[in-house]
Amino acid sequence: MDGMRIARDFVDIGALAEIPRLGARTVTTGMGDIAIFRTADDRVFALRDQCPHKQGPLSQGIVHGASVTCPLHNWVISLESGQAQGLDKGCAPHFAVKVEDGRVLLALGVPA
Amino acid sequence: MNMMSAARRKLVVIGNGMAGMRTVEEILHRAPGMFEITVFGAEAQPNYDRIMLSPLLAGDKNFEQIVLNSLEWYAEHNIRLIAGEAVTTIDRAHHTVTGEHGTVVKYDYLLLATGSNPFVLPLPGVERPGVMTFRSVSDVEKMLSIAAPGKSAVVIGGGLLGLEAAHGLNLRGMEVSVVHLMPTLMERQLDASAAHLLERALTARGMTIYTGANTESFDGEGEHGAVHSVTLKDGRRIPADLVVMAVGIRPNANLAKASGIATDRGVLVDDAMRTSDPAIFAIGECVEHNKQCYGLVAPIWDMAKVAADHICGAAQSGFMPVASGTRLKVSGIEMFSAGAFMGDKSTEDVILRDAARGIYKRLVLRDDRLVGIVCFGDARDAGWYFQLLKDEAPLGDLRDTMIFGPVMAAGDPHEALAQMPDNAEICGCNGVKKSTICNAIAAHELCTVEDVRARTKASASCGSCTGLVEGLLKLSLGENYTPDAVKPMCKCTSHGHDEVRRRIKGGALKTIPAVMQALEWTTPNGCASCRPALNFYLLAAWPGEYVDDAQSRFVNERMHANIQKDGTYSVIPRMWGGTTTAGELRAIADVVDKFNIPAVKVTGGQRIDMLGVKKEDLCAVWQDLNEAGLVSGHAYGKSLRTVKTCVGSEWCRFGVQDSTAMGVALEKATWGSWHPHKVKLAVSGCPRNCAEATIKDFGVVATEAGWDLHVGGNGGIKVRATELLCKVTTEEEVMEYACAFLQLYRMEARYLERTAPWIERAGLKYVQERIVDNAELRRSLFEDFLHAQKFAQTDPWAQEATSPALGKKFNAMAELV
Ligand code: SRM
Ligand SMILES: Cc1cc2nc3c(=O)[nH]c(=O)nc-3n(C[C@H](O)[C@H](O)[C@H](O)COP(=O)(O)OP(=O)(O)OC[C@H]3O[C@@H](n4cnc5c(N)ncnc54)[C@H](O)[C@@H]3O)c2cc1C
Ligand code: SF4
Ligand code: FES
Repeated sequence: MDGMRIARDFVDIGALAEIPRLGARTVTTGMGDIAIFRTADDRVFALRDQCPHKQGPLSQGIVHGASVTCPLHNWVISLESGQAQGLDKGCAPHFAVKVEDGRVLLALGVPA
Repeated sequence: MNMMSAARRKLVVIGNGMAGMRTVEEILHRAPGMFEITVFGAEAQPNYDRIMLSPLLAGDKNFEQIVLNSLEWYAEHNIRLIAGEAVTTIDRAHHTVTGEHGTVVKYDYLLLATGSNPFVLPLPGVERPGVMTFRSVSDVEKMLSIAAPGKSAVVIGGGLLGLEAAHGLNLRGMEVSVVHLMPTLMERQLDASAAHLLERALTARGMTIYTGANTESFDGEGEHGAVHSVTLKDGRRIPADLVVMAVGIRPNANLAKASGIATDRGVLVDDAMRTSDPAIFAIGECVEHNKQCYGLVAPIWDMAKVAADHICGAAQSGFMPVASGTRLKVSGIEMFSAGAFMGDKSTEDVILRDAARGIYKRLVLRDDRLVGIVCFGDARDAGWYFQLLKDEAPLGDLRDTMIFGPVMAAGDPHEALAQMPDNAEICGCNGVKKSTICNAIAAHELCTVEDVRARTKASASCGSCTGLVEGLLKLSLGENYTPDAVKPMCKCTSHGHDEVRRRIKGGALKTIPAVMQALEWTTPNGCASCRPALNFYLLAAWPGEYVDDAQSRFVNERMHANIQKDGTYSVIPRMWGGTTTAGELRAIADVVDKFNIPAVKVTGGQRIDMLGVKKEDLCAVWQDLNEAGLVSGHAYGKSLRTVKTCVGSEWCRFGVQDSTAMGVALEKATWGSWHPHKVKLAVSGCPRNCAEATIKDFGVVATEAGWDLHVGGNGGIKVRATELLCKVTTEEEVMEYACAFLQLYRMEARYLERTAPWIERAGLKYVQERIVDNAELRRSLFEDFLHAQKFAQTDPWAQEATSPALGKKFNAMAELV
């Protein structure tokens, strides 16, 4: 039950500076890895670290604009919606994440 | 109404600054003589234009020029000014305020306009003489008492205020450094592209900009000595006779809070600018309205009107915040930003980049309305854009042309070029005039940009005039001009690979943002296809100088291992020329046991692959391998992969040369080099060719007389046998030809083009002319290659395994259970 509580609240997962710009880091959770992305203009997004195509680790892709290109077969996934772009179909679950005073806060229970 | 009636109401204003006095002016305007007005000001001066402190510091203005309300003005309007005395208490029960020197004044209405306080970083040494903030005339006086040509100033904070301070001190002849915590300057007003241009413009004026830099301490002699340097968290030290902190402001709500008025971040006010006490109003930077605090004057002027309406009982208006625009007051730098300039998921961008003139404009649209603006380099149309933004009107057809401003470029550019005088300079780098180009086109029947370039040198250097040259071709040839259909690198640009490579060299472009600006990229930061290409082109063009951008590398090159379909990695250490030892094999066996690596395989490249290594284990695996002398095999890179060898004359009964030793020597010389695509070499000890050298990028086959050198082979998707480049006799020659060939390939092929398609495009003859026939060029290519290798031959595994900062990326940043 404790896990439930943490899941719904925003939890401090580290400093924004720990995520490279146009890059990502992961957070390990009971429900699998979550990828935390940082764009060139310091927006952050959280997606399940699994490509809707064949579960490629999105955190390892190349980030551009507000999208990431999956490292396995180059699907382009929107960081904002988790939706695959272009002709590809599929969606990676996304989570609420925000930055306050340089800290990154993630809420697993809250759909973004 | 008799304004001179005996019982005039008493209005006391706390704060003799911009907001307070503007409100007083508005009140006088509505109801002259209605109030008996007293103004307390903590500062000794009459009200001055705080915005103009920047020009004051820069020496563009003197104090008289920035005074807003002179002492005569106060006298004229019967206003009692108590300057140089801060109010220390408000007695709300008795309706009095008391100043720090004991002055007590009664009020019917009280107006709080106490502004804000600069935020001071609580760092060691902050109290040292020479460390100051930038808020008031006395701050400027303090700065000027230290400022002198040749002395050093460090400004902490690369926002609007910090940069204006830096600019002012720079004009006073100081060596100015700006230390900014965020990765780009003015991140609250500018996107990364505009910030890049700003940084470039400031650097060009001699300032040193440290972004992503965190301050550790302000240092000086002994405990109380004046500051002499600033130390950054990463250990860097910057000399400083003067430190200006401009890291933000906090609403000055202390007095209100102490008096029991509701405050949060600032003094809380309603839409009428009234505080929780109905007799007390507040305005300016000290207030918080609907969770929002303000730091620019435009909204404050609106607040002043509303407060005056209510204080005079003149109207029932309400404060409604509207977007404000920001300009940087640094002479010669045009910049404007407003609204939601970053954009979000519901917005689209219209971007204009004019590289030659250093212009970047970005208009952010939502539902056919303009919601955000960034202009850099040309803010002439900013006012017009800003009005469009505030009007919130649908843009309709305007959308297509608005980026070009209200006066759409008169007529068409074609016409403008035609009207240009004959002696107008088209190519600035090579000083080529319009007439020279047009005459050359006519005289030599030139029909492509490439022809013009070869004949006149126009656009042969930085290339930013290519568009003009094309225009002249069009003018001269009319219908007959057919531009060569160049395939753009990707959807982010109209330029092809070759053009981009040429402009990187010619324009001395040394970072990815610089290339994107100069070549007018249409996306803010490229895509997964152009970024790795640009990273490679820059690395190849500027060895030792270009700082590799990990985020622009494909996962394998960033992780120095090959990603597998299940997200694990494979690890392949180098086995020089396919040779190994018992010790190396033992180390590999131990690593496999220790980390439970599920599969081990001998590769087609004569080495051993450990498959299924977990991301978190990579660093530890490498550390163990490193200890046994094994280094990265770059099986993951667009780089030198393997040099396959056969046993050769050392053992083989047919061998005529020591192919193994030759292969090992080649691998030792070429490992670590980055290329447009992977590169494979092989050396066979006799024409039986057991190392399959004739399907390699560079293959060497031993003969009785020496060595045959083969190039452009490929054993992959489309098999291509090599072509014979030439025959040589010594090992030294093999080495020189191989390296020169690799250098030519890396400098000329397009990203993701292997040697086989490159040679088919360029022609074997082209390669032979450069590598075989031209000894001087071969020599210089060889030297260029060796020079670049000085910076490339660092084992990435050792680097990652021993650097905790780099190593971080292999682990999760947090665990939530
Ligand atoms: C491991 C290995 C297979 C093996 O078990 O033997 C292998 C494995 C892969 N090869 Fe290969 N190739 C391997 C030798 C070869 C060879 C044989 C050789 O080098 O002598 C060839 C043909 C020779 C050649 O390159 O011309 C070869 C032609 C390719 C190609 C086609 C290239 C082409 O130009 O047509 C690809 C696809 C690509 O690179 O785009 C490829 C791509 C791959 C990738 C990288 C696919 C991928 O992107 O994930 C595989 C990586 C698996 C991994 O994680 O390790 N591999 N691959 C060999 C590693 C050699 C080494 O020690 O580094
Ligand atoms: C260098 C600089 C450049 C700027 N450039 C721009 C710009 O380009 N554009 C823009 O829109 N804005 C700019 N600003 C911001 C702008 O100056 C402020 O938004 C504006 O001055 C705020 O007005 P205010 O009256 O709320 O505060 P202030 O002008 O600071 O006035 C507050 C006054 O109250 C006094 N005070 C405080 N407490 C007491 C007390 N207890 N008793 C008596 N007096 C007290 C203070 O001493 C001060 O004089 C700039 C500011 C600075 C410092
Ligand atoms: S041949 Fe295909 S399956 Fe086999 S390693 Fe190469 S790329 Fe992978
Ligand atoms: S798994 Fe992501 S594109 Fe295939």
